[in-house]
Amino acid sequence: MRRLVVCAAGLALAVGLVACGESEQVVVYKQGKYSGKPDGKPWDNEPLAGAKWTKGDKVSWEAEIKQRNQSQNEYKRIDQ
Amino acid sequence: MARMKFLCDAERCIECNGCVTACKSEHEVPWGVNRRRVVTINDGVPGEKSISVACMHCSDAPCMAVCPVDCFYRTDDGVVLHDKDLCIGCGYCFYACPFGAPQFPQAGAFGLRGKMDKCTFCNGGPEKDRSAEEFQKYGRNRLAEGKLPACAEMCSTKALLGGDGDVIADIYRERVFKRGKGSEVWGWGTAYGPGKPAAAPSPAPKS
Repeated sequence: MRRLVVCAAGLALAVGLVACGESEQVVVYKQGKYSGKPDGKPWDNEPLAGAKWTKGDKVSWEAEIKQRNQSQNEYKRIDQ
Repeated sequence: MARMKFLCDAERCIECNGCVTACKSEHEVPWGVNRRRVVTINDGVPGEKSISVACMHCSDAPCMAVCPVDCFYRTDDGVVLHDKDLCIGCGYCFYACPFGAPQFPQAGAFGLRGKMDKCTFCNGGPEKDRSAEEFQKYGRNRLAEGKLPACAEMCSTKALLGGDGDVIADIYRERVFKRGKGSEVWGWGTAYGPGKPAAAPSPAPKS
């Protein structure tokens, strides 16, 4: 009987303290430095249908963006 | 290297709020949060001017400087983004930003202020690119699709330009030269100093 009480008390203690733990939210914290999750690069994605850049190639992605930028220039759009 | 920037041409903006609608629709931005808005100066007075304002993705961003949890970062393309998992919603960035770009959802009970939300230059955030998690937290990642911000691409008068700073500066410069005015209104004097670049506009080349 006494063993049962001790076991029950131990279990109650463990359950009672389970919420007291604190999980680490920031892996490495350095004052003044971004400490969140890393972000992917836009050019590291598969191009959608019709896009002409190559996955992982920053230069080709930038060329695609610059080409698309010209659609905001109506002088060029009208001339085309 | 691309350096992403917005430029709003006050000579062209007609206050249609198409950019605001495009942003809201593209990213399914919640009620009460406006990542972009149109500001009109001398509203109702002849000669009023409007500009579309959002996060300007500053090269030396004050929001980054004041954030107590350092949740901001700048991408290789000069886009200022933040990690919502770290943000504590303190509002310091709102006070620091000269454009009022940081927004805080207040849909919760007791006037609860949520995590900061702002224009991402349609570049998502620190989640897997083009994933459902990224869309839910930060909106669509159009740059990862090889596209430019929806607001600039949807602008009916092309007043709002968005993209590589060098390219949009060239577009704006060509526009000012061809129409022969506008440099005195916004941007030109700040960027290139006093003067009248459009004093003697050259005729447009015929192609």
